[in-house]
Amino acid sequence: MEVILDVTDLHIEFHDHDKPETVVEDFDLMLEKGEIVGIVGESGSGKSMSALAIAGLLKRHALTKNGRIMFDGHDLLTCDRKILRSYQGDEISIIFQEPMTSLNPVKKIGWQVEESLRIHHKEIDKVTRKKKAIEMMDAVGLREPEKVYDMYPHELSGGMRQRVMIAAAMIAEPRILIADEPTTALDVTIQAQIVELLRKLNKEKGTAIIFISHDLSLIRQLCQRVIVMQSGNIVETGNVEEIFRSPKMSYTRKLIAAIPQIDL
Amino acid sequence: MKRFLSLFRKNKATGKRNSYLILGCIFTGVILLMVFIGLFYMPYSPTKMDASSKLQGFSFKHWMGTDHMGRDVLSRVMYGSRVTLAIAASTIVIGAGLGTIIGALTGYFGGIFDEVSMRVIDAMLAFPSILLSLVFVSLFGTGTYQVAVALGISFVPSFARIVRGEFLRSKNMDYVEVARLQGVSDMRIIFVHILPNTVGVLMSSIMIGFNNAVLAEAGLSFLGIGAQPPYASLGNMLSDAQSYLFNRPSYVISIGVVIVIMVLGFSFLSEGIKRISNY
Amino acid sequence: MEQERVIQIRNLNVYYKNHKKTPFSKDRMNHVLKGVDLDVYEGEILGLAGESGCGKSTLAKTIVGMNKIYDGVLEQKYSDPQMVFQDPYSSLNPSKKIGWLLEEPLKSDKKYKWTKEEREKRVKEIIKAVGLTENMLDRYPSQLSGGQRQRISIGVALMRNPKVLVADEPVSALDVTIQAQILELLQQLHRNMGITILFISHDLRVIYQICDHVAVMKDGIIQEYGETKSVYKNPSSEYTKELLRAAGIRK
Repeated sequence: MEVILDVTDLHIEFHDHDKPETVVEDFDLMLEKGEIVGIVGESGSGKSMSALAIAGLLKRHALTKNGRIMFDGHDLLTCDRKILRSYQGDEISIIFQEPMTSLNPVKKIGWQVEESLRIHHKEIDKVTRKKKAIEMMDAVGLREPEKVYDMYPHELSGGMRQRVMIAAAMIAEPRILIADEPTTALDVTIQAQIVELLRKLNKEKGTAIIFISHDLSLIRQLCQRVIVMQSGNIVETGNVEEIFRSPKMSYTRKLIAAIPQIDL
Repeated sequence: MKRFLSLFRKNKATGKRNSYLILGCIFTGVILLMVFIGLFYMPYSPTKMDASSKLQGFSFKHWMGTDHMGRDVLSRVMYGSRVTLAIAASTIVIGAGLGTIIGALTGYFGGIFDEVSMRVIDAMLAFPSILLSLVFVSLFGTGTYQVAVALGISFVPSFARIVRGEFLRSKNMDYVEVARLQGVSDMRIIFVHILPNTVGVLMSSIMIGFNNAVLAEAGLSFLGIGAQPPYASLGNMLSDAQSYLFNRPSYVISIGVVIVIMVLGFSFLSEGIKRISNY
Repeated sequence: MEQERVIQIRNLNVYYKNHKKTPFSKDRMNHVLKGVDLDVYEGEILGLAGESGCGKSTLAKTIVGMNKIYDGVLEQKYSDPQMVFQDPYSSLNPSKKIGWLLEEPLKSDKKYKWTKEEREKRVKEIIKAVGLTENMLDRYPSQLSGGQRQRISIGVALMRNPKVLVADEPVSALDVTIQAQILELLQQLHRNMGITILFISHDLRVIYQICDHVAVMKDGIIQEYGETKSVYKNPSSEYTKELLRAAGIRK
């Protein structure tokens, strides 16, 4: 298989306080085309930071980053800002945990879904853009996309907003979609639908997905491969089912034990 | 104390220094020191005239020169700064005090009381505060105390607005619900539970308000309202000095510089306090 | 043995006023709870399941008396029920120390005047009961992790020794590993203090862990009620089946 993203020895350090704080250490990730990889860990384990670094969104002044994030022949950590910008939203997209705050409250849904086309594909005219947006909104399971196109975020429920976020992230057909706890703020029923949607998009469009969650059972539903992180380090990595069958590290065992067991 | 001192040092990680805080402390320190010394010792009496030495420049005898009646400018500045600072301080005490109480009550309880007070406050905010204080001065009469009260009242609306906004934000937080559930009284929720959470915002608006008060007092005295001659405040000294702008510029400059240091000092201080958390 | 009812709810209706959008439109009334019947028995943990917007939080708020406008019957054996909220980040006052926060419910206790020594003793008791140590008392909420904060929230609710505790999605904002710890804490408190808990969650897996009985709610109506195990084995309503499927319990 073709490797599209190669992260080696990623090291992130914050300098917000007196002592420098290492949040990610020796993070490695090889992402193949069309693959779904899960990253699991508790809050503070550095899973979101690694993802933000891959998406090129770590722009804090008090920060050092080392290592390499190779994508398309460029190192996203050191490459020109312009090159990075051309990938963001076009080749690499990200969706966040909180659908309530990640949409702009004063812009119509359609406008927000179209945004990355407007930036990265100026050749597409307005009519096609709208057509594409409505197609995409239909694909993520928003009912009556023409109507939703003209609505504002506050008129939608949490689950619908997260679908809008996914539509906006997927419209430029990126090669990589980073989903940072996309279901944590949602009800279980909606969670299941969003996971199903991600699986469908992965199959149909061939988008590789990095799925981040604190819940191993969710990752088991969606991913083939999982990376277990604890306080900035990778503790274990491998096939999800294998890890469930024979976890090597005690931390992984703890994560598995935390999943509510139902024996009827 | 150690933590307090560390605020002025370079942050070890970022290598940056909170220079706003340092400059602010130096500037306000100079002014406060001058006022403090003035309480016990002044080179000359601020009201003592001397016809033989009118409008002199800087000299060792008169560090800031003398004014058109031969009074020592340094002594008058020491006295005038005290008056100006006292007026500004009482303005803030009245304005922030009343404003906080009104803002807290209206923000917390809402309803018709809130509607009415906010419309009154909107109406007051529609006029520039200097105009508003002119109206109050014309009601109360001129004089140091009257100016302090007039300025204080004209500062109430902006503080009420700020505090009300903070309360609107806080009153729906879960911790307020928790307190209500425990049967904590409304007044205790307002002043013990919520108010401390508004201190950050309140502090920086008090600093900015202090500045505005200094300038407003100077403005009012410049117009001849406020501290009455022969007593000095920075404003009415500036007003006197402007007549001699061209034949004795040192007179205007020495008073102007004191006002600038005072105002800059407090702005830097407020900016520095705001930035403490970032360094 | 017939257990005693702690809370008896009959035909409970709650309306919320929808604020007018323009000065010309009329206020709309939102019917949130539509004739809810529910019994909570002494010493049990009752689970209340449902999606967001189904009215489960409204029911919780009505029970603890935060929502005073309702019609129907709401009878409670004990006064002063307490509540734990979902978000441990907003339910603790950020400008107060943990010790102060724990002491506050005792200061405003209307039934009994606590002396300073009694208050301090109780605070130490409770901080131990929720699995934390005394050195936490001097810290601010921002210095605590999400799980620790939720322990403190539970502690605050327990200070006056209530007989009934309403927990509104107490673990939904927490990591799975922390969820397990908080659930264990609730079970332990239930055992040791004999407290009755109404446990609200959208996650049927969590409810299964600790609840004796479960009520499933949709659109302000209780759809199904019964012993947790039997409801999960043989759900009678379509909606319960759907929830069970979403939680991955039924295929």
